Amino acid sequence: MSKVGYEQDVTSIVMSDQDNVATLLKDVEEEETLLYVINGQKAVLTAKQSIPFGHKIAIKPIEKLATVIKYGEVIGAATIDIEPGEHVHVHNIEGIRGRGDKAEGEKQR
Amino acid sequence: MSMIKGYRRSNGKFGIRNHLLIIPTVICANHVANRIQQAVPDSVAIPHQHGCSQIGDDKERTHRLLGGMGKNPNVGAVLLISLGCEVIDAKVLKQEIEEETGKPVEWLDIQDAGGTIKAIQKGSELAKSLFKEIEKVPQVDVPISELILGVKCGGSDATSGLCSNPALGKTADQLLNQGGTIVMGETTEIIGAEHIVAQKAVSEEVANKLYAYVNKFEKEVERIGADMRGGNPSPGNIEGGLSTIEEKSLGCISKAGTAPLNDVLSFADEIPGNGYYFMDSPGNDIECVSGMAAAGVHMVCFTTGRGTPTGNPIIPVIKITGNEHTAIKMIDNIDIDTSPVMKGKETTEEAGNRIFETVLKTAQGELTKAEILGHQEFSISRISISL
Repeated sequence: MSKVGYEQDVTSIVMSDQDNVATLLKDVEEEETLLYVINGQKAVLTAKQSIPFGHKIAIKPIEKLATVIKYGEVIGAATIDIEPGEHVHVHNIEGIRGRGDKAEGEKQR
Repeated sequence: MSMIKGYRRSNGKFGIRNHLLIIPTVICANHVANRIQQAVPDSVAIPHQHGCSQIGDDKERTHRLLGGMGKNPNVGAVLLISLGCEVIDAKVLKQEIEEETGKPVEWLDIQDAGGTIKAIQKGSELAKSLFKEIEKVPQVDVPISELILGVKCGGSDATSGLCSNPALGKTADQLLNQGGTIVMGETTEIIGAEHIVAQKAVSEEVANKLYAYVNKFEKEVERIGADMRGGNPSPGNIEGGLSTIEEKSLGCISKAGTAPLNDVLSFADEIPGNGYYFMDSPGNDIECVSGMAAAGVHMVCFTTGRGTPTGNPIIPVIKITGNEHTAIKMIDNIDIDTSPVMKGKETTEEAGNRIFETVLKTAQGELTKAEILGHQEFSISRISISL
């Protein structure tokens, strides 16, 4: 994580070169162009919708059921196909761990 | 080597505060404990919900937590208030605190005293005389290697993983390089990142202990039969951009720095030595910080993207944010703003140095915002049902 490119003109941050999402450093409007650093190179991307500060944007296509990668690690799986520039959050990804809802629980009331 | 200031206890332990702590052994003793605290305003009390109708490991855990609060070296003297018929044994607690720490401990039983009014009067007199005793303890200077620092995050958002936790990790490395101690908790919030924490374990045995605690938590989530999401990450975490527990966990773990993991401890177990330790605990802010205090932690560095007021009755809690909006909006509560890192205006190391400076000043007696505001949150983590 030492290579993370925090620079004054960068508007989104990629934590690891393997990541397929970036985190926004500002509120972003639809059609706004973002600048991020990956593999030591600056790259640009256009947001497909408005996305709030701190939320994630896809920088690569992520197919349904494929893993979402941040910090170079798995943070969950896509529940639908996600295009680059789309907001990545609870509406289109889910956690893989801590899923008691997918286990045989003893429902208690 | 940096020097800190505080109080040497007769068992050799060192504290950075000198509190008179009033411990109710059961919920039924809360009111009397609170009234005594009001009569002796420089004391602190830890009212709580439990102490009765508990058995087995659950009872032991409550006993260990209350005893640990009394043993913490930031506490100079203890007043125990019992009702008289509860499960928690005040006599044993008194004996343990006295024998292990040598500090003055008094015990008052409400049923013995003859009710609320007499107990408040007698307890206030006891508290006043205990206070006179701890006022005599001299302040001394010791190297920062004696400091035990808890690292915690709560009310997290995306900035926690991006800058405040990595900056706190640099602080942790500095303290460890000077021979100090770091304690990280929150078993729930290493789910999805436990393999990275385990890689730092000094032995396979330590790594396996870590995996066992994570597995226990996840099994409990399975038993409840619900998705963790919504509980952890919480609604505020989600609004702040965190989508899953894995994402939150991966952002959490950098706060402990890069040192090897010496051991994995049970909740509220006394920290056995110097270096980096993991303590099993819930992610819940107050339960985790209370467990750290009971384990003998002197102070907690607490990162928060959303902004939380969390304090503790006996240990200072330093609040650190990475969110520039929170730094302004929650200025009442935030001690340190690390958001310049995200604008490329400061390096993570520089932000870590600033946190270290605040840790040092706090360990020399400067008050945190939570202390100034009187935040004294305390709660007991349960593992079983009430009978």
